[in-house]
Amino acid sequence: MSEHPILVGFDGTDAAHRAVKFAGIRAEAEGCPIHIAYILEWSPYSFLSAQELEERHQRRSEELIRAEATLNPALEILKNKNINVTYEVRYGHSGELMCKIAKEKQATQIIIGRKGGSSLGARLLGSLALTLVQAAPLPVTVVP
Amino acid sequence: MFSLKWIPASMAGIAILSYAPLAQAQEGGMDQVINETIAPISDVIAGAIFYTIPIGDTDFPLIVGWLVLAAAIFTLYFGFVQFRKFGHAIALVKGDYSDPDDAGEVSHFQALATALSGTVGLGNIAGVAVAISIGGPGATFWMILAGLLGMASKFTECTLGVKYRNEYADGRVSGGPMYYLTKGLAEQGKPGLGRILAIVFSICCIGGAVGGGNMFQANQAFQQIVNVTGGDQSFIADSGWLFGLVMAIIVGMVIIGGIKSIAKVTEKIVPLMAVIYVLSGLVIIGMNIEHVGDAFYRIFDGAFTGAGVAGGTVGALIQGFKRAAFSNEAGIGSAAIAHSAVRTKEPITEGYVALLEPFIDTVVICTMTAVVITISGQLQTNLTGVELTSAAYATAFTWFPMILALAVVLFAFSTMLSWSYYGLKAWTYLFGEGKGKEIVFKAFFCLCVIIGASMNLAPVINFSDAMIFAMALPNIVGLYFLMPVVKREATQYWQKIDRGEIKKVK
Repeated sequence: MSEHPILVGFDGTDAAHRAVKFAGIRAEAEGCPIHIAYILEWSPYSFLSAQELEERHQRRSEELIRAEATLNPALEILKNKNINVTYEVRYGHSGELMCKIAKEKQATQIIIGRKGGSSLGARLLGSLALTLVQAAPLPVTVVP
Repeated sequence: MFSLKWIPASMAGIAILSYAPLAQAQEGGMDQVINETIAPISDVIAGAIFYTIPIGDTDFPLIVGWLVLAAAIFTLYFGFVQFRKFGHAIALVKGDYSDPDDAGEVSHFQALATALSGTVGLGNIAGVAVAISIGGPGATFWMILAGLLGMASKFTECTLGVKYRNEYADGRVSGGPMYYLTKGLAEQGKPGLGRILAIVFSICCIGGAVGGGNMFQANQAFQQIVNVTGGDQSFIADSGWLFGLVMAIIVGMVIIGGIKSIAKVTEKIVPLMAVIYVLSGLVIIGMNIEHVGDAFYRIFDGAFTGAGVAGGTVGALIQGFKRAAFSNEAGIGSAAIAHSAVRTKEPITEGYVALLEPFIDTVVICTMTAVVITISGQLQTNLTGVELTSAAYATAFTWFPMILALAVVLFAFSTMLSWSYYGLKAWTYLFGEGKGKEIVFKAFFCLCVIIGASMNLAPVINFSDAMIFAMALPNIVGLYFLMPVVKREATQYWQKIDRGEIKKVK
């Protein structure tokens, strides 16, 4: 039994659900908890119009509610297993935040999904998987 | 002192531009009708706002003194806050004090960037050219001085904008002079005065939105398009109304139709344009580094001797002050609307951030334009407005007028979007919120795009200046009443910092 969780990166896609499923199996085997991080991509340096500034706080609340709703099916996957599951929704740069959360939660490993597209596409766009594999201070599992 | 020999072989470009008429005397039927209808009205308004008193052999508009005096008073009252807290302002913008849990909310940087996109625009390109073609290079000195002082005005109004903003139940946040005038003065037991000032401000703000925020922009964008398509011979030289109609339709698609993609594209391109503009300016200054000393000599010499300028020193001073105020809008109250939505527990922090705005706008970008024009030698021509800036940049890069044309149209467009929002906020303050009422304003705003593009430069500038400066009357009266509030905010903020309650997070 370990108290240190497996950190799962979540974004609502099918790939993310596969990652959650896989993490469920791993956590059950290791007897450790799961922490799901849903990161909404956000830069404090992006540009917003005056109208968007006015509505930002409102939109943010809506986005958080929507994110929680998106998380439900994932939580459902883990529901019948004997695992302690926690989650959080945060704004920021996904790569940086995943590493930060892993540190905060003293996670043992990170599990994320991969959308699957062509490897060239992923390389050009610099996916989260590539960032984490290169930069994360702990083992990263990429679920195809 | 100064020869044209160093100018590269770009004379062809200049030749085309020099033929462009001074004020684009349009002969077209439609344009002429619009011009003749609107000009007398704008002349009356401008005459009232720019009431002048004779100083020596020049007329000094009282309103300009009103703005600069206020800026000087705020500078002294807050102990040169623009210099003492400049570093703190940078730290706030960088997010050094931002609560990580507030990620996803409006950051200091975003509020500043949005406010800047409303002020950086044609004032920096065309306005500066107008100032130094009338006031000589010396106007630049007074413009910089007014810019530095204006930082204190901006600090005051934006702190109040956040302090007295409205936070609605649905999560929207909006503020601005109409709210701090109403609520702030009510707190001081003067609800009647506050209400009157807020109403006057709102009326002027609507005028400023359709004037400087719209007609001036449309007018100068059209001028630049005519320039690059062949000046007087251009196929659209007489069709300002047509250009205005196209522009109005695009603006309408965004503000009435709610088509976000157009605004999104503009947002991406406008900062890029600003960077290209500033970099090109730096390159031109670098290419002519041996003339920079001479340019600065002429700026200082002109400022204090008024050499070769109508009205001498006072003439240069008036032009410099006027353009600084028109460009950075310090004391006008408009920026307080954009800055108000920031996420912060301390209103004063947005004040510090806001004081960077006149610095970037006036002290950096406007000065760049002025120096480039001065070293280009184009001041000796009869050009003014955006044509002068265009010609000055063309001395180094023949292709620059094309880039500038694109930049001008985009700047004009983004400024129009910002001001349509400011105007709308003033409108809803007066008439209440509601879809129908908002559509009326937006449709009127679009109509003004067409009018602005069709008119001559002079009446448009007069009307624009008049309405924007008029906003400063109620706003600054309110600021005088409310400046002790800002001081209290500053005091308690720095006490919290001293006690360690507010700490850097990175």
